[in-house]
Amino acid sequence: MDLAYYYELWRGMMLSKEAGVADALSWWQTFFVRFYQAFLEGDRWQQYLRGVGTTLYVTALALCLGVILGVLVAMIRTAHDQQRPGRRNFVLGIFNFVCRVYVTIIRGTPMMVQILIMGMVIFSSSRNFTLVGALTLGINSGAYVAEIIRGGLMSLDQGQSEAGRSLGLNYLDTMRFIIIPQAFKAILPSLGNEFIVLLKDTSMISVIGGQELIYAARGIISRTYEAMFPLVGSATIYLFLVIIFSWLQGKLERRLRQSDRR
Amino acid sequence: MIDVKNLSKSFGDHLVLDNLSEHISPGEKVVVIGPSGSGKSTFLRCLNLLETPTAGTITFQDTVITDPKVDIDAVRQQMGMVFQHFNLFPNMTIRKNITLAPVRTGLMKQAEADEIASALLKRVDLLDKADAYPNQLSGGQKQRIAIVRALAMKPKVMLFDEPTSALDPEMVGEVLDVMKELAREGMTMVVVTHEMGFAREVGSRVLFMDGGHILEQNKPEDFFANPQCERLKTFLDKVL
Repeated sequence: MDLAYYYELWRGMMLSKEAGVADALSWWQTFFVRFYQAFLEGDRWQQYLRGVGTTLYVTALALCLGVILGVLVAMIRTAHDQQRPGRRNFVLGIFNFVCRVYVTIIRGTPMMVQILIMGMVIFSSSRNFTLVGALTLGINSGAYVAEIIRGGLMSLDQGQSEAGRSLGLNYLDTMRFIIIPQAFKAILPSLGNEFIVLLKDTSMISVIGGQELIYAARGIISRTYEAMFPLVGSATIYLFLVIIFSWLQGKLERRLRQSDRR
Repeated sequence: MIDVKNLSKSFGDHLVLDNLSEHISPGEKVVVIGPSGSGKSTFLRCLNLLETPTAGTITFQDTVITDPKVDIDAVRQQMGMVFQHFNLFPNMTIRKNITLAPVRTGLMKQAEADEIASALLKRVDLLDKADAYPNQLSGGQKQRIAIVRALAMKPKVMLFDEPTSALDPEMVGEVLDVMKELAREGMTMVVVTHEMGFAREVGSRVLFMDGGHILEQNKPEDFFANPQCERLKTFLDKVL
């Protein structure tokens, strides 16, 4: 291929020790060599692609886990807070306490430390770094999602749940048909924000060997001693993913808003 | 029908209801009036346990509903409630607002509930709004829908918590008309309101509350023409 020919030619000139040879290349030729080296040589773009695949896979896994944990914790905590006085449930009290400890610890420690502890202490014998990373991110995200959902549930007018209960609907039906659909619409922007943070935070699992996009970029840097293109390239890919996602989220929000056309 | 014995309710240190006892018989239309903060709304909300009494018992059709073991959902299915701020569900159409509870509580099938919803909507002249959303309606329309929604559960008693207080003056009439019609049909009603005309015309008994006590009660004719206690006299002087 012609590109490969010029790459070899100009790269040889760049590395040449003879005086004046490297200076004979103009800026775009140097740019081309670096670009080719970062993305095309040895089909390196496939490494980024695999990295993006892992990034999306980890994000999806962590998101599922985070939403499940978040819904669970939020339900337990609001159910506990909304009990009628004098009818406090002891078991619910214990669950509520566990949830509060969970949220406090997760929100109170840096994500990086959590990843290192999970990877190097708790699962130190596991070789599946990516999965351990996804698990950590999911557990981390769950605490934030729980607070987002709880905020959404509490932001609704108390009258909505009173109206549901006064009609004889039980707690779960009131939640399912009245509270959650309205709360979901209210929390969608914050939930989307949390998703974006999660997508970008997957880059941190590379510190325990999770093989996502940044892991691929760092591998290439260590072989080419050239950091700019792999890093700027990765940043562009993250930006691109986030823009696509924000656009999808905007569409969903517009659709959900249709019931309050007035 | 509803028997209240020694009912007290406090929020923290603030005593809102102080040892009330009251009996409401089937078919009665009890109108509760009083200055704001007198505890009349709290009293009404205690009747279906939206507020949990601090002390005392409430009996509804031979069930002591203040007993923690009672299935409160089953009790509430027989007590309709209408709120000051309507509290329609904005995420559902009007029809769905009305049919949700009857269907989910197993009172009737969807088809039957739809029929009843249509019949009730026709009665309040809002059948054409069945597929609209609450935000597309005026305040008066919303409150008429809220009444219909409660009626769809075929309740034994209807509780009204200041149903016209959040309405524009010109919409008060349409809501009161629906309530008057309901009263004529013999529904047992407990109404907290500031509408003295309604109290006089529809009430079979008027209660005056202040400071967590029922200070005076009487038939509406005597209540308004011949008030006994000083507090009520000054109150009526101001509002009439």
